[in-house]
Amino acid sequence: MTKLFKFLKPYTLWLIVLIGLTYVQVMTSLKLPDYMAKIVNQGIVAENNSLIWKTGEEMLLISLLGGVCMIIVSFLASKIAAGFSMKLRENLFAKVESFSLVEFNKFSTASLITRTTNDITQIQSVLIMILRMVLMAPIMGVGAIIKARQMAPSMTWIIALAVGVLVVLIGTLFTVALPKFKVLQKTVDKINLVMREILTGLRVIRAFNREKVEEKKFDQANTDLTNLNLFVNKLMVIMQPMLMLVMNFAALLTIWVGAHLIDKNTLAIGDMMAFMQYSMQVIMAFLFLTIIFIMVPRASVSADRVAEVLGTNPSIKDPENPVKLPAVGVGLVEFKDVYFTYPGADIPVLEGINFTAKPGEVTAFIGSTGSGKSTLINLIPRFYDTTSGQILIDGTDVREMKQEALWHKIGYVPQKGVLFSGSVESNIKYGKPEANLAEVEKAAKVSQSTEFIDTLSEKLDSAISQGGTNVSGGQKQRLSIARALIRKPEIYIFDDSFSALDFKTDAALRHALERETKDKTILIVAQRISTVLNADNIIVLDEGKIVGSGRHHELMEKCPVYREIALSQLSQGELDRSENPIELKNISKTPLNLAGKEAA
Amino acid sequence: MTEEKVDQTAAPKQTKGPMPGGRGVMGGPGMMGGAGEKAKNFKKTMANLFKYLKPFWFSIAIVFVFAIASTMFSIFSPKILGRVTNTIVDGYINRTVYDQVIAKMPAGVKIPAGTTGADILSKMPAAAISQIPADRLDKIKTLDLSTRPGIDFHSIASTAELLICLYLLAAFFSYLQGWIMTNVSQKITYNFRRDIAKKVGRMPLMYFDSRTHGEVLSRVTNDVDTVGMTLNQSLTQIVTSVTMIIGFLVMMLTISWQMTLVAITILPISMGIIGIIVSKSQKCFKGQQVSLGQLNGHVEEMYGGHNVMKVFNGEARSISKFKKINNSLYDSAWKSQFFSGLMWPIMNFLGNVGYVGVAVVGGFMAIRGRINIGDIQAFIQYMSQFNQPIMQTANVANVMQSTAAAAERVFEFLDEEDEIPEAENPVVLKQVKGDVEFENVVFGYNPDKKIIKNFNATVKSGQRVAIVGPTGAGKTTMVNLLMRFYDVNSGAIKIDGVDIRQMKRADLRLLFGMVLQDTWLFNGTIRDNIAYAKPDASEEEIIKAAKAAHVDHFVHSLPHGYDAELNEEADNVSEGEKQLLTIARAMLADPPMLILDEATSSVDTRTEILIQKAMDNLMKNRTSFVIAHRLSTIRDADLILVMKDGNIVEQGKHEELLKKNGFYADMYNSQFVAETAE
Repeated sequence: MTKLFKFLKPYTLWLIVLIGLTYVQVMTSLKLPDYMAKIVNQGIVAENNSLIWKTGEEMLLISLLGGVCMIIVSFLASKIAAGFSMKLRENLFAKVESFSLVEFNKFSTASLITRTTNDITQIQSVLIMILRMVLMAPIMGVGAIIKARQMAPSMTWIIALAVGVLVVLIGTLFTVALPKFKVLQKTVDKINLVMREILTGLRVIRAFNREKVEEKKFDQANTDLTNLNLFVNKLMVIMQPMLMLVMNFAALLTIWVGAHLIDKNTLAIGDMMAFMQYSMQVIMAFLFLTIIFIMVPRASVSADRVAEVLGTNPSIKDPENPVKLPAVGVGLVEFKDVYFTYPGADIPVLEGINFTAKPGEVTAFIGSTGSGKSTLINLIPRFYDTTSGQILIDGTDVREMKQEALWHKIGYVPQKGVLFSGSVESNIKYGKPEANLAEVEKAAKVSQSTEFIDTLSEKLDSAISQGGTNVSGGQKQRLSIARALIRKPEIYIFDDSFSALDFKTDAALRHALERETKDKTILIVAQRISTVLNADNIIVLDEGKIVGSGRHHELMEKCPVYREIALSQLSQGELDRSENPIELKNISKTPLNLAGKEAA
Repeated sequence: MTEEKVDQTAAPKQTKGPMPGGRGVMGGPGMMGGAGEKAKNFKKTMANLFKYLKPFWFSIAIVFVFAIASTMFSIFSPKILGRVTNTIVDGYINRTVYDQVIAKMPAGVKIPAGTTGADILSKMPAAAISQIPADRLDKIKTLDLSTRPGIDFHSIASTAELLICLYLLAAFFSYLQGWIMTNVSQKITYNFRRDIAKKVGRMPLMYFDSRTHGEVLSRVTNDVDTVGMTLNQSLTQIVTSVTMIIGFLVMMLTISWQMTLVAITILPISMGIIGIIVSKSQKCFKGQQVSLGQLNGHVEEMYGGHNVMKVFNGEARSISKFKKINNSLYDSAWKSQFFSGLMWPIMNFLGNVGYVGVAVVGGFMAIRGRINIGDIQAFIQYMSQFNQPIMQTANVANVMQSTAAAAERVFEFLDEEDEIPEAENPVVLKQVKGDVEFENVVFGYNPDKKIIKNFNATVKSGQRVAIVGPTGAGKTTMVNLLMRFYDVNSGAIKIDGVDIRQMKRADLRLLFGMVLQDTWLFNGTIRDNIAYAKPDASEEEIIKAAKAAHVDHFVHSLPHGYDAELNEEADNVSEGEKQLLTIARAMLADPPMLILDEATSSVDTRTEILIQKAMDNLMKNRTSFVIAHRLSTIRDADLILVMKDGNIVEQGKHEELLKKNGFYADMYNSQFVAETAE
């Protein structure tokens, strides 16, 4: 938490002014009872109207002074808290943006989002509370105690008693309630979970006629939540009446004890009245302090979470002396004995990967889920760094280049078409902000997006909502391909980027791409055999190792893993009928040839 | 006197809100944190809300009585406490007078018992008497001069006893009132949630398909919570605040109407100022909410697409956009905080102005002898507390607005149309063969936009129907119609010659086993998940089903085997394994007909083979509808339904369709264009 204090440093002067003004403001509010007493005792009792006027004027001036101080304090507090959190937010965001996927995996994306948004908001609201009100509490408490002691030193024990009773009261209440609050959160989560389950499984529930059962399950969660809420709320309901009781009894006790002192002539009546008011101020100050004890731990959790991110340095950095690259390269990608283990994992995901992807060729990666193919291509743009071994582009190790320069060479198309809010055009242009309209249209055309863009009401200017939720999965993939195409990079990386496309679009797209990317190095990760059929080099991965490479027909003959994948996708039915898998290839081609003839 | 200064020093009572959670992230201090949502139809919503309150009218009435009682005590107790003060003041003054009188007496004079001040005064010269102030004179007259007077502790003690009783009673009533109200509001909240859950079961799927789960969820949680919170706190607050306003006003009026007038002239001024500040700060709060939304959106988007942002060199662009939003957030954030912070000092100052005003008028009247000091003090006390309930009422009015908006969303949901009721004399099929007929079926999700136009087909018992088409062609429409998740617009679907609309939905659905690609398993053990359709299934049956679905081996590899718990997102088993479990679930249900969704690319090869085997097992001797991706399935099907843009564009067997050389042939061939080119 203390780590964040440095963000308050620019405000040191303001903070000093703020504390000074808070002091003045508290002093005026401690002074006011004196004036009130004076108006009553010397003005009204003595029937002295001019004194009332005069004292009234003074009192209003003092009150005005206090009010102005408070307004300035509020102004400063608002500015400091908002400015502090703005700077903090900005630093945090810039930090996270500099992270590699290693740090994203460490924190998880969701957690980073919460830290940047909710946590900072939490800190901001606590900070403003502290600046505006809580700073006042100790000054007021101490001031009021001093004043009260001046009035009637022999009665200060009453204040101590009242505060003591409150400490015990609030203490017990919270020790009982606090653990329940935690359980409460879990119960709320539970009811959300059950409801979410009902909503996501609506079809299944109805298909199996289990509406009643699910209703009962929800009812159980509902009852649990209600009971717990009842317990906690009934506990908290005690608070208000008890507080009133303590304050009232303190006042009564003051009068009783005070009366005896007055009787012994050791206390003046007006002083007793003032004492009572001061003791109330002490109690209020104390209540503010308890607010700190409730608020600060919550904010400190948030602050720690934010500080943790700020204290983390990206594991992937630019080299100190980056190699100067020629403006245009050819895009030759080489993997040399690459091993990769995820941080914290025992088993490497990739082992001894060696291959060369040449410009003008399509290199495809295939393998079952978990075989490491996506990880493999993620190493090229340095989302992760290799554990050992080297990745070279045009003979230069990717770790020796400036990252910016490296990324400029790459057109990356992610697995899930990630789009950003904006328009169709702004998304395509994300790959090349300075692109002109002709370039955008060309990219759209090649990526087979033109057809659906034309059906949109605003064409290229049509809005894309956050996360691209207003376009389908296939459209997203096509737009993210357009975004990569517009850059005209040396290297294309397609991470299973055709999966959401129907077969027809898939084929048309790949044909268009072929023309467009003739001399480029193309790397494709695929699940579908049909996507990789005509690749120049297919690399088959199994459990992190290359178990075969070559063209389709070569692999069908010599690579059992590939064959298994191919057969499972193309024609399982034939496999059942035939004992000889080699023959299957011909069978699977039969209808094609037939169709080909007919089409011609 | 108890609370005279409490208000002056207390901060705005912003801690009333819910402690954990809460809606507005940036609510912050100040009472105007509400986002300013408004209900479309406030009156109607309130009328609806009252229906929910009605069963609890008795409890609520008691709460109101208790709240009023407890408030009354706090209205009267200052006045009684004032009496104690008066007693002390009287005793003190009497003694001072006594001491002064005695001091003037020659030393050693004994005053006989029963001598009053009046006796002494009558013996004094008029000139001496004229020097004594008038009010002092009255006191001396009634004073018993035989003993030195002191403070009447006896009377103080008895008043104090009364006060202790009053305080205890007030606290007791206040607690009881809170206790009952908690019960009521929690029960109502419970009822709301229960009714929503029941409603979910009765609503057509159309409703849920056309909006996000988040929307429905936020009604169950946020909106219901908001309503519950308001019931718990604001309802009694209105009652106490109104009681206080009236009570204070009455007390003040009984003391002096002139002073009340002075005190009240401050009111419109403070109201006006509150109004200006509220509208100003609300504008800033809205701006803040907007900026915050944009900021969160940008953060989510950029973190979510981190690798894309990076590799397209978007870091600098992203940060500069963030800075822009962050700056406007800063602007509205500090302004809204500042404006809401203005409220307190201004109200405080106005309160003091009122105080001085009343003191001046009071002093003026006291000189004329129209009012006594104790009353002025009591009046001032009431006046200083007067602001609090007024501000509270203003606050509650705000809260009520957002509560009405939340309640309205809940009621809108509850008022949605239910599913079409079941047939009056439902047909129950015995010995189902599994013949399915589609007769002139017309259907559209939107009645104006028919997507299936006059579809006819006959499926014989035990046949296999493959539904094919590009992504987004609406293949699930068939599932929706067969299972009556949606009803056809015209025409009919018949099973063994009976229109499915003449059956009970539950009976119809029992006829189908459903294995969809977006598998749904619930948070519970594997055993419970498999036995979902047949909770009374024996251990052998479960294991048999699991074995047939090729999932038995996998289950045994999990810790605790069949008792292994699937966690919340069920992500401790893979997609493929989930699908196997749903096959086992359908297997155990043993239905005469099937609806299947074939696995696609998200499943690894080996599991895919297992799934295929399991599905083949399942389909034996059953009429099955398969959303097919695999060529072999399609080629072997007895009937292929080709879908495009929601409509069934072609139907027939594989060879027939290829000969037609239409959409199917086109689609089928394109898959292998690459290979033929080679």
